[in-house]
Amino acid sequence: MLYRENGQFKTSYRADQAIFPIAQDRIAIALMLAVAFLVVPMLASDYIFRAILIPFVIMALAALGVNILVGYCGQISLGSGAFMAVGAYGAYNFFVRIPGLPLIPALILGGLCATFFGILFGLPSLRVKGLYLAVATLAAQFFSDWMFLRIKWFTNNSDSGSVSVNNLQVFGMPIESATSKYIFCLAVLVVVALLAKNLVRGSVGREWMAIRDMDVAAAVIGIRPMYAKLSAFAVSSFIIGMAGALWAFVHLGAWEPAAFSVEVSFRLLFMVIIGGLGSIMGGFFGAAFIVVLPIVLNQFLPALVGMFGIEISTAGVSHAELMIFGALIVWFLIVEPHGLAKLWSTAKQKLRLWPFPH
Amino acid sequence: MKLSKLVIAAAVVAAGASSMTTSAFAQAKEQFFPLLSYRTGPYAPNGVPWANGKQDYIKMINARDGGINGVKLTFEECETGYATDRGVECYERLKGKPGVSLFDPQATGITFALTEKAPVDKIPLMTLGYGLSVAQDGQAFKWNFPFMGSYWTGADILIQHIGKTAGGLDKLKGKKIALVYHDSPFGKEPIPLLQERARMHGFELQMLPVTAPGVEQKATWLQVRQSRPDYVLLWGWGVMNSTALKEAQATGFPRDKLYGVWWAGAEPDVRDVGEGAKGYHALALNGYGTQSKVIQDILKNVHDKGQGTGPKDEVGSVLYTRGVIIQMLAVEAVRRAQERFGKGKVMTGEQVRWGMENLALDQKKLDALGFKDLMRPLSTSCADHMGSTWARVHTWDGKKFNFSSDWYQADEQILKPMVKAGADKYLADKKMTRRDAADCQS
Repeated sequence: MLYRENGQFKTSYRADQAIFPIAQDRIAIALMLAVAFLVVPMLASDYIFRAILIPFVIMALAALGVNILVGYCGQISLGSGAFMAVGAYGAYNFFVRIPGLPLIPALILGGLCATFFGILFGLPSLRVKGLYLAVATLAAQFFSDWMFLRIKWFTNNSDSGSVSVNNLQVFGMPIESATSKYIFCLAVLVVVALLAKNLVRGSVGREWMAIRDMDVAAAVIGIRPMYAKLSAFAVSSFIIGMAGALWAFVHLGAWEPAAFSVEVSFRLLFMVIIGGLGSIMGGFFGAAFIVVLPIVLNQFLPALVGMFGIEISTAGVSHAELMIFGALIVWFLIVEPHGLAKLWSTAKQKLRLWPFPH
Repeated sequence: MKLSKLVIAAAVVAAGASSMTTSAFAQAKEQFFPLLSYRTGPYAPNGVPWANGKQDYIKMINARDGGINGVKLTFEECETGYATDRGVECYERLKGKPGVSLFDPQATGITFALTEKAPVDKIPLMTLGYGLSVAQDGQAFKWNFPFMGSYWTGADILIQHIGKTAGGLDKLKGKKIALVYHDSPFGKEPIPLLQERARMHGFELQMLPVTAPGVEQKATWLQVRQSRPDYVLLWGWGVMNSTALKEAQATGFPRDKLYGVWWAGAEPDVRDVGEGAKGYHALALNGYGTQSKVIQDILKNVHDKGQGTGPKDEVGSVLYTRGVIIQMLAVEAVRRAQERFGKGKVMTGEQVRWGMENLALDQKKLDALGFKDLMRPLSTSCADHMGSTWARVHTWDGKKFNFSSDWYQADEQILKPMVKAGADKYLADKKMTRRDAADCQS
């Protein structure tokens, strides 16, 4: 009843092509942004910020980047962890070698390093696709693991291979407190998400989707596969690289190459598959599922079994967490193979017709 | 579906979130020990006895002494799985609890991440036998405490011992020593010291990295077979150690030329290999066994009452005892802090830090605490956050470890300039300065 577009007439192409054509959506998004930027910082504790919200926001950004490549352009990639690592170490090198470099230019420069790296390892996509490409991008992952472990120049000649940053600032303001870190990451996420949404709605996005759906047909109607695929790799790895730099700079503070291991690549791929391929929203859902759920389970389980008077060991909680998490993944993918974003849009569709199903 | 199910799911999540916030406001007037541990994953075989030892000592102090001068001890464990991001999450979760004292991150990677956070939150980090080697310099690293030794002291003692068995350090000239190491900060930390020693004595150092977690070592040992080093130093943790020993056996590399660091010298590393590891040497940072008074007290006050953590027959094993020592040092740091800031009070992280910096455990005190033969005296200061660098070598005879050397101490003359240079570089990178004399008093 509340969610209905009756009476909302679109009288121009502009209005018809708006990101959120329905007025209720616009209000909902404005409210959500207001909550995220104003209400959450007032309510959330230091722990919620540092352990849940900041990792969630950064991983949502990375998932967004992966989704552009995997979801919109159909190029399966197992090298996302490598792109994150290149972004992080690239930003780090600019940061330590140029004194007084603020955070935002460092992020963008890190993202550009990742763009270059992404295009380089996207070249095989011109010849191979599907699983073969997945394996080719896996090479990017192993290459970056090797590079950051072995080439000392990248870690500023650190003996142990671990590097750290401090004195982060944006426009002269220090990014030290949990709230400022959260707000900064969220601002980056909102800006990038808006740009990405417009990109996938525009001609570039349509080219990507045409390549994804059938590359031969796309080539026949005049889409250049090389341009489309490499631009997807470039945009995607730029976003993932920025997320990697944020993860290293803002979330961890000090990191080693293992922070961007192949496991991160897998988790990012799971995020877009569970969240929903080819949907900006999907990245957010997927990141919430993969980042937040294990932590919630980990803390909720002892309380839950405690209600029945059973005490559960730390190892027991950890094992149960993995089992429940795995079962939930399987369950979700059986119930809705198109991911959480599809569930969301189904719910919206039903609400539009409610209370009359037909 | 599904809306109803989604609503239920949301309710479950909300309930979980609220239980998190309520538990944070419980209890005061108790000294809280956050215990980061890993009981799952590839490092669990070694992580479990370590974590058990820490818990049992807290339980024993509560049962035997009723706490520290009347202040009860509490703890909460948090599973990190040796992953840095989960470790950071655990740290953030536990640091806000009332009466929080200090963190033992139990992993080098997590230590690196927390080193940036601890000064902000004013909570000290104890990294007994691991972590940042340069953190020995307390004037640069105010919040880090690598008690009893670092990777540099360990590597130094190993070279001293090898030199001694070869008939003098000068006999090492022209020899080849291979370092089989876990390819992470944990494994790479000793390299600068070994390079320094190689330069001094003229031996050749061969680096053989093993990718984490260390179950795949075929190629590494093929290289060992090819280049035939005179000695192999094993710098592993968890499954990597037993795998390395099995590979050494398969390669035919003599096990008595194989020397492990103290993280590669516990029962879980050799038990499965059994006879195949006979002759394998490793550093022993601490004593072990069930003879000492403290272990007897734990058995009597905790395990005999059915409150022990983990199996009773693992009590007194190498890593279990190390956990007990770590927790004892934490408790003594709190006790020392109480001497200055008020007996019977709950200490803050800052006060515990002072206690850690002013520990003085001489032999008499150790005997009284029941740690006779388990460790050597330890005394810390503002300049020295390590307190002691003693370790000895023990050898596996196929069934158990036996001590096979006297105590060694790391060579200060080599270590000191390296620690100073490393700390200076760290300070310069961070644009910080050394603590002045006044800060050392606080």
